[in-house]
Amino acid sequence: MKKEKTKFFSTGLGQLTIPLVAIFLLVIFNLIRDPSFFGIVLGHNNDGNIVLSGNLISIINGASELAVLAMGMTLVTAACGGQDISVGAAAAIAGSVFVKVLKSGGSIGGGKVLIAFIAACVVAMLFGTFNGTLVAVFRIQPMIATLILYTCGRSIAYWINGGATPTVSSPIITAIGGFIPGIPVPTPIIIVVIVAILFKLVFHFTSLELFTQSVGINGSAARLNGINSTFIKLLSFIILGVCVAVSGSIGVSRLGLINHETLLLDIEMDTILAVAIGGNNLGGGKFRISGSIIGAYVIQMLTVTLYAMKVSSTDVKAYKAIVIILLVVIGSPVIKSRFEKLMSRFKNGRSEISAKGAGES
Amino acid sequence: MDSKMQESTLLQMRHIEKRFPGVLALHNVDFTLRKGEIHALMGENGAGKSTLIKILTGVYQMDGGVISIEGENVSIRSPQDAQNKGISTVYQEITLCPNLTVAENMFIGRESGAWIKRKDYEQRADEILKSLGIPARSTQQLGSCSLAVQQMVAIARAVDMKCKVLILDEPTSSLDDKEVNMLFDLMRDLKKQGVGIIFVTHFLEQVYEVSDRITVLRNGELVGEYLTEDLPQVELVAKMIGKELDELSALGEGEEEKESVKEVFYEAEGLSSSDAMPFDFCIHKGEVNGFTGLLGSGRSESVRAIFGADKVNGGAVKIKGEPVKITRPIDAMKHGIGYLAEDRKRDGIIAELSVRENIILALQVMNGFFKPISRSESEAFADEYIKVLNIKTASRETPVGSLSGGNQQKVILARWLLTHPDYLILDEPTRGIDVGTKLEIQKLVLKLAEEGVSVTFISSEVEEMLRTCSRLIVMRDRHIVGELKGRDLNQSQVMKTIAGGEA
Amino acid sequence: MKKDKMTRREPLTDTQLLMSITIGIFMVMYILAMILFGGGFLHAQQIFDMLNDNASLIIVSCGLTIVMIGGGIDISVGAVTSLVVMSCVLYLNNGGNIFVSILLALGIGLAFGAVHGFLISYLEIQPFIVTLAGMFFARGMTTILSVNPQKIAHEGFLKLMDAKLEIGWLGYVAKNGNKVPARIELGVIVAIVCVAVIFIVLKYVRLGRNFYAMGGNQTSALMLGINIKRTRFLSYLISGLLSGISGYVFMMHTGAGNATNAAGMEMNAIASSIIGGTLLTGGVGNVIGTFFGAMTLTTIKKIVVSSGLNDPWWQSITTGGMLCFFILLQSVVLGRRAAKKKN
Repeated sequence: MKKEKTKFFSTGLGQLTIPLVAIFLLVIFNLIRDPSFFGIVLGHNNDGNIVLSGNLISIINGASELAVLAMGMTLVTAACGGQDISVGAAAAIAGSVFVKVLKSGGSIGGGKVLIAFIAACVVAMLFGTFNGTLVAVFRIQPMIATLILYTCGRSIAYWINGGATPTVSSPIITAIGGFIPGIPVPTPIIIVVIVAILFKLVFHFTSLELFTQSVGINGSAARLNGINSTFIKLLSFIILGVCVAVSGSIGVSRLGLINHETLLLDIEMDTILAVAIGGNNLGGGKFRISGSIIGAYVIQMLTVTLYAMKVSSTDVKAYKAIVIILLVVIGSPVIKSRFEKLMSRFKNGRSEISAKGAGES
Repeated sequence: MDSKMQESTLLQMRHIEKRFPGVLALHNVDFTLRKGEIHALMGENGAGKSTLIKILTGVYQMDGGVISIEGENVSIRSPQDAQNKGISTVYQEITLCPNLTVAENMFIGRESGAWIKRKDYEQRADEILKSLGIPARSTQQLGSCSLAVQQMVAIARAVDMKCKVLILDEPTSSLDDKEVNMLFDLMRDLKKQGVGIIFVTHFLEQVYEVSDRITVLRNGELVGEYLTEDLPQVELVAKMIGKELDELSALGEGEEEKESVKEVFYEAEGLSSSDAMPFDFCIHKGEVNGFTGLLGSGRSESVRAIFGADKVNGGAVKIKGEPVKITRPIDAMKHGIGYLAEDRKRDGIIAELSVRENIILALQVMNGFFKPISRSESEAFADEYIKVLNIKTASRETPVGSLSGGNQQKVILARWLLTHPDYLILDEPTRGIDVGTKLEIQKLVLKLAEEGVSVTFISSEVEEMLRTCSRLIVMRDRHIVGELKGRDLNQSQVMKTIAGGEA
Repeated sequence: MKKDKMTRREPLTDTQLLMSITIGIFMVMYILAMILFGGGFLHAQQIFDMLNDNASLIIVSCGLTIVMIGGGIDISVGAVTSLVVMSCVLYLNNGGNIFVSILLALGIGLAFGAVHGFLISYLEIQPFIVTLAGMFFARGMTTILSVNPQKIAHEGFLKLMDAKLEIGWLGYVAKNGNKVPARIELGVIVAIVCVAVIFIVLKYVRLGRNFYAMGGNQTSALMLGINIKRTRFLSYLISGLLSGISGYVFMMHTGAGNATNAAGMEMNAIASSIIGGTLLTGGVGNVIGTFFGAMTLTTIKKIVVSSGLNDPWWQSITTGGMLCFFILLQSVVLGRRAAKKKN
């Protein structure tokens, strides 16, 4: 089964085909429906800053947390062949720590925000280590291992917050969640770009990409080539921890408050979807971070399109499900091999027959 | 006479052809099995015996040829189809479900009706187990039995299915002597009942103990069919290993005596691992030596122990006279040892990664996590080795899994050459690849030795090893039974030692 | 005769071992609760309350157990339950008939199961993604049907809802001196029937044993002549059917349709199965274990409440802790078993 899948991804545009086609179709659909859908307006917001607005901006902006998580999830998926379903809960914890440190007396300055963020990172990385240890050392499947944190993560956040939904009001936080004065692009978009660049740099300055793929594709061969697969798996969870802290902090900054129950609710499902739509094999192995980022934007664009069609926010899920099923059916190994067979029969019909004849004679 | 022949012929395979990408796995192979016969199918790695078995059991579809059972032409489409036609197989890897009971495993997939007649099955299973003398209880969870008993349960299942043809694929590799004897009694019993048994094994003594006829395959072609009593053991080994490729015999002669003056590079005393018995071994700088012996003799396990591929249990290892500890592959790599694994698919290639990534992998691991090889550098490396080793690939970014076997092997060779090892272990580097590539690899080994690299070379083809190695370590039954060099390094001596007739 | 029985006793299978551990821990926990907290725990009604509240969880967990034994996963069960509740409530409130409403519930469940099964076994798409989409679809459909909570107003159904099995001798005397008989809802009986039927299917029916074979070793199962695709399809179909039944039972318990019904039920069901000794790797598990898994989960929550830790977050933290404990315990137990066998 694995073999068939890889065969498909290794040709042509490869694994980016499906997400790109999905985006393309969504764009066409929206342009037909409402030609002004993608209009971008440069205007002033309530604070008097010059800002960009429009559906396209809100799509890219709204997908920020998802995109950041999807990048980390891609790595975990590739190395471990499974997914972390606790990212939403962990983000609630990280967000709570972020707020807790911010509110720990004194005024909120740049330094304090940085310290709060670092604290959130450390905590999220600790929880990542917990998940990673269960997966890499105890060899428990990722989904089961992370079910633990999924179950109790939001309660831990509740405990950190002391049961309340504390608010933070500071121009710095507003700037992180919205716009930095003078820059018309929403800050979360900038953060996504920074995280993506950081990933690129990590891949450039370490062998993470090669080692992760080797561990995910052929663990036995990886071991015989001296790769420490336990370390690689653990590392993938720790890196996902950082992503969790980033997206948790963005989420908190957007609202200016931490609500442990609703912060990034159900995002784990969307994250896994983004990874899958991005053409990454959920069974591990070869991956492309860019695919997952595009996958995140596909999901968000789909959601915004549905909103624009006056579908209520609660009903969106049903339509999303249909689109997802269509995408995975098209990408399914069986459909793919049927299609390939059909094509090759069409192409090589003649040569095959003659070869058969020669074999029998 | 002719009609009588027809009658007793149970299974006939004629002109079987099977092609895999880049390799002709079987070419014009005939095989005949008679009623009430134990027929040994012999051949070294890559000889095509497992391909032949897989065609017979419906796992592979043949590209050409005819199969007939009791005179009727048949086509075998799937493992289930084979079972329905009376062909049962017991594989070396147990194909039963460890989480079910023995009785369930014996009857699953062939009962009728929706309900499980548990008591009924258990009673029948107990009867069969008892009559075959298998030490298992029907109510036992299969996973709690030893591998040997699991194997016998699989045979019991096949026996109860009233099979006409029973294929035993390496059934004895995990059994001890007592169990082997039990199995043989069972086989003789079945033979009396008229079952035709195809016996695949690499234990020569067992072949002579139990089989009536032997068919030998080599390099995907039929060598011949012989009555066991007419074929002496040494001749069998000769037929399996073969004398071919005379054109190559000029390679690398007269180099043997130099090594004695060179320093010892690697030295092991009493080295043992979870899979290898304790053994002593040493190799000099620039020496090419080889482990020989039949499959399963422990030759691969020994070199794996040197590389730290399995759990190392004990022994003292010295490199250039300095005591070192090698417990993991990375330790061996840091000491300049490279290892090309026997099972290319499982332990060698990272199929979905590109040729380039596969080539730089080992060097990258040695360089460390924080010192990645830059893209341009790795491209240069890949291009260089694609050229040097003449790797046939569409581009350096082609996934290595789509290359032919020989080219995959070259990619892995390139991977280790790139680390500039002092000592390279090549376990079956020529297995399942075409003749031209085999020759290239042999030449390369000799060139490396000239450059001062020590090489341990393992091959199922003795010819190949005689051409390349200056010293051969012969193994049988997991122990080193001889060491040949100089004048002793000739085919008949090697075969005598392998077959157990060493002076 | 007696001796013969003694010699025939087999060591526990993995399934039995894990199940026994769960039942043992459940017993110990419950007895400890009786000693430490007394009160409610001493009445039989406590057990019945736990059953009344969790009947539908037990039913979906059974379906999930089958899927997990076969080596798959179904995370749509909670959402399908919720959709069934909403559909049936709306149907009944618009003058529907009880019998047809039952068919509707089963039909919705089967439809989801069939689509999941088809996509997973015949198109070989990853079960997680398929059932995730199923979950989204069911949740979305629920809110499309109605965003607002719908209270049931069908008279016949209300009677059905109120029908309770009363057992006098298991009752207790309340503080005011009245004798209160033990009350069991109809849903509990449905749940127990489901557990019993599936237990029998898994143990005595060919299909059930094929689930184990498929989860134990898929290649072997294929070699042994089992139709893997059909078996896998049926596992999801049964899970869907049970989600349908669970929805109806849920409705009989709450009497209202709400978009947030059965929220998080899929994870509770997974947790019940795991605690009950089902391995996600497949081939090991048992519905009796799952039943006790669900009960263990509930007992923990009750104990937490009885300890005076009223904050809801304590419940999920202890649940998480419990899960962690069981997962590690199973990993260690099975690991030691494997190591022992090797030697």
